[in-house]
Amino acid sequence: MNAETTNNVAASAEAADVPSIPVNRLRTKDLLGIAELSAAEISLVLDTAVAMKEVSSRPIKKVPALRGKTVVNLFFEPSTRTRTSFEIAEKRLSADTLNIAASTSSVVKGETLADTVHNIEAMSPDLLVVRHSSSGACHFLARICRSGVINAGDGMHEHPTQALLDAFTIRERKGRLAGLKVAICGDLLHSRVLRSNVLLLVKMGAEVWLCGPPTLVPTGFGRTGVHITSSVDEAVEGADAIMMLRIQLERMLGGYFPSLREYFNVFGMTRERMSRAKPDVLIMHPGPMNRGVEIASDVADGPYSVILDQVANGVAVRMAILYLLAGGAEHEAAA
Amino acid sequence: MPVVMDADRMSRTLTRIAHEIVERNRGLDRLALVGVRTRGVPIAKRLAHQLQEITGQEVPTGALDITLYRDDLMHNPVGPQPLVRSTDIPFSIDNRVIVLVDDVLYTGRTVRAALDELIDFGRPKAIQLMVMVDRGHRELPIKADYVGKNLPTSRAESVAVHLVEIDGADDVIIEKTGQETPE
Repeated sequence: MNAETTNNVAASAEAADVPSIPVNRLRTKDLLGIAELSAAEISLVLDTAVAMKEVSSRPIKKVPALRGKTVVNLFFEPSTRTRTSFEIAEKRLSADTLNIAASTSSVVKGETLADTVHNIEAMSPDLLVVRHSSSGACHFLARICRSGVINAGDGMHEHPTQALLDAFTIRERKGRLAGLKVAICGDLLHSRVLRSNVLLLVKMGAEVWLCGPPTLVPTGFGRTGVHITSSVDEAVEGADAIMMLRIQLERMLGGYFPSLREYFNVFGMTRERMSRAKPDVLIMHPGPMNRGVEIASDVADGPYSVILDQVANGVAVRMAILYLLAGGAEHEAAA
Repeated sequence: MPVVMDADRMSRTLTRIAHEIVERNRGLDRLALVGVRTRGVPIAKRLAHQLQEITGQEVPTGALDITLYRDDLMHNPVGPQPLVRSTDIPFSIDNRVIVLVDDVLYTGRTVRAALDELIDFGRPKAIQLMVMVDRGHRELPIKADYVGKNLPTSRAESVAVHLVEIDGADDVIIEKTGQETPE
């Protein structure tokens, strides 16, 4: 994580607020990160997602809310869950959807990201859902695009819809976020999910504990008000929710820990370690899981696991985001 | 602000409509009430209570949020989206007579959206419409089956139905707004 990103994370967390005055819209045309959202806006998304989840339980899982809107899914990185989830969310709201993967776009011919997006914009989409391996790519696109940009994960920066669906899952089960102890364990260094979750949970008043090997703990989180430890037992003690993060082998150049087996022995979530948490603890994972590396199979598939609930809730949360952004909310003057 | 219906009159009106529903449907077998959010929901619950008083039968009641079916959602290029709340119909509507309940019938666009949404839930035997106030100015060919009060208005007026459950008091008020009121 670069220094600027660290400072942004810290500054955003310092500006933590608790939902006070409800809002009925998002302030900008884009969802670039949790850093840009207020606690009231987060609550608005979560409340809207409650209604959207009901749509998915109907005999006909489709409403005409975004009929006539065009959403382009631009994925410059591999994705199964997020892309599928966005596509289902778009279709359930009756939007016209288009999927573009990097491997099938003119990027492979040397076209720049800006030129690719300008060409897509010439065909009048309303929203762009973007995943990119470079941190800040979505902010760059939001500046040069008329369409709304939704960050579906940019490098090691943020993954706001994952944090929102995680928060929705916790709130659905526990009834609140404020005052809960949430432990987040694993590869903290490379995780955009972590950054979005820390920002969101701190803004909503949760107590956040981070746990991972010292080599995989980024600097700067100390200023966000979270607790950092290399002891899993300390992190999960009395926790209401435990989020396990994937060891991102594809982002590692090696040397962070001796072996995967040793990592599991020291940091992996087992039933024995889990027993230190609250009796009704939630076990969470953003996926995809490395079974036997960050989480034991009997924990991942056990009664406390809400991992598949997270996937189901992802559709509802993304429907809420699409709905709230597609109305064309005004920019604030400061934007 | 003239009060066109007070609490007592609203109560008597609901009793009368409950009797009309029983008479028209020859009983309450396979009948259910669905209130359109916001104020249609408590009115539907009150009607269900009245129907139980009259017949001893419990009538299933649901709530419909028509926000995602509005035809003006995407015609508003700037501004907030309407807040979405949950639809809750905890019974099958297939082969039932559904009485759709709302507070004010105006252009008919809300009812159109409600019909579209209801039909996505199944195939009711029939859908009937009950409103507390019909203020006219229809823009679609929609007519209520049960009307609490027909209230001729101008488009520059607004009609507010207040309910104890939401507003702390029961009354119907008509007021001048000076501009056309949206449904």
